[in-house]
Amino acid sequence: MNEPLVLGIESSCDETGVGIVRGTTLLANVIASSMDQHAVFGGVVPEIAARAHLEALRGTLSAAVTEANIRIDDLDAIAVAAGPGLAGALMVGVGAAKALAVSLGKPLYGVNHLVGHVGADVLREDGGEIELPTVALLVSGGHTSLLLVRDLVTDVVLLGETIDDAAGEAFDKVARLLKLPYPGGPHIDRVAIDGDPNAIRFPRGLTLPKDLVNHRYDFSFSGLKTAVARYVETADAVSIPDVAASFRESVADVLTRKAVDACREHGVTRLLLGGGVAANARIRALAAERCAENGIELRVPPLALCTDNGAMIAALGAHLVARGVAPSSLDFPVDSTLPVDTVRV
Amino acid sequence: MILAIDTSLGTSVAVVGGDIVTESATLDTRSHAEHIGEFIDRVITDSGLTPADVTTVVVGIGPGPFTGLRVGIAAGVAFAFGQGIPVLGISSHDAVAVGVDACTVVTDVRRRELAWTSYRNGVVVAGPGLTTEATLASDVDLTEFPEVRAGTISAAMLAAAAQQRIDRGDDLSSVAPLYLRAPDATPSNGPKRVSG
Ligand SMILES: Nc1ncnc2c1ncn2[C@@H]1O[C@H](COP(=O)(O)OP(=O)(O)OP(=O)(O)O)[C@@H](O)[C@H]1O
Ligand SMILES: [Mg+2]
Repeated sequence: MNEPLVLGIESSCDETGVGIVRGTTLLANVIASSMDQHAVFGGVVPEIAARAHLEALRGTLSAAVTEANIRIDDLDAIAVAAGPGLAGALMVGVGAAKALAVSLGKPLYGVNHLVGHVGADVLREDGGEIELPTVALLVSGGHTSLLLVRDLVTDVVLLGETIDDAAGEAFDKVARLLKLPYPGGPHIDRVAIDGDPNAIRFPRGLTLPKDLVNHRYDFSFSGLKTAVARYVETADAVSIPDVAASFRESVADVLTRKAVDACREHGVTRLLLGGGVAANARIRALAAERCAENGIELRVPPLALCTDNGAMIAALGAHLVARGVAPSSLDFPVDSTLPVDTVRV
Repeated sequence: MILAIDTSLGTSVAVVGGDIVTESATLDTRSHAEHIGEFIDRVITDSGLTPADVTTVVVGIGPGPFTGLRVGIAAGVAFAFGQGIPVLGISSHDAVAVGVDACTVVTDVRRRELAWTSYRNGVVVAGPGLTTEATLASDVDLTEFPEVRAGTISAAMLAAAAQQRIDRGDDLSSVAPLYLRAPDATPSNGPKRVSG
């Protein structure tokens, strides 16, 4: 069995995802999002997200099996995101995955959501086998993490992460300041096109020499958000495109600078982007530019595999099966702060 | 063969059918996600059955604390999906009212609130509703429908209640939780000022 057929369930935040893969081949990737329900609140409300997961469960499961055109008995394993994420949301997916595994008599793999984002890369149609080692920059509404991955199963190291807001959260908060809709990332991207990225010099969090001593690969976006707020409140005439472009430039600069620095320090020639913020046009462009300058290969999975999805969980599960890793025991808990060095719970 | 699951208080799972009644339960109200898989596996195996022997899944849809409640419903939906069999939902309180002439089932839903449902011969006559310890007696007719305070819900009794309702021809196809409360969240009224 070197091409395991695996169904993956993802429910760590506001997307209910069910994906099915055969080895590294993507067969189905069905996503139901509760994003619209959170819009009036300006951010994800955990109880609303958890309710939506339960409502979406049956539909996403059956749509995925139909899309993959498989017999559910032919599955070799079930995989589920066990953390990190919102506990109440994770529990919907984990409860379902456990019962599905028992119902089908198949092994269950409780896996790390963040490592799943790295695993998504194997599903790229043009990508072939994932090449390691790689540095992975995972940026979403809930995470901003820089990982060094030498082996998906045995060697994932957290180099750094945000010490306050996640990058996506900063995009969403700044969008609100600029009276742009939620989620803010795509709207900032849109209005920034007409702006001057150098119009306003917003701060670059944790990039001063004194910060680098202890936070070389950590991120901070709350100071940036406050600086944008202060600017918008006090400036005489505010050009929204200029603010958006300058803010975006600061985020893109810090993210890509630290990611490239990590590649260079560790002698790694690959950088993988993941998470919803990887959709950002400027972050992609600057990453491409800086990677090219430094002889680093940049890999960005298609957007549907960058944002939260079940296919990446299935892909990581399939990788674990193929590597002969034992399944999880049925009694594992969800872990909202699961560390990246725990790939399988 | 019915597989019944209730996570509205602790976790209780049972297989019921023919002369089989096998139940696995814990009172722990904070470990539903941990126990649910093992309990389902255990009741089926201990009954000498396989998952394919289950013909119907019944889940308790609360009322109960939301996070745990969802675990059991999600598990019931997924188990049924795996076998291609129906999943039915009934109030968790129904399990307590089985075989009682008249009663009001009362359970703790945390945050100093109680959930109640009044029954006559297993049929709901009032509720479900929320109240508090102080207002229970004034909100609910406890004279005609005496209080039964439940600290646990038995999945085996849930299966029995479901069987009665199936026999009565009730539509049990909805497994939507009886939340009784809207999610805690207030729409934001714009960003806070940061400059003086
Ligand atoms: N073009 C873009 N530029 C910047 N940010 C973007 C863009 N498109 C989406 N985003 C941001 O991506 C985030 C959503 O990404 P994603 O769905 O991966 O994360 P999440 O569900 O919020 O959290 P997590 O993946 O950590 O559980 C939002 O904060 C959104 O504003
Ligand atoms: Mg999301």
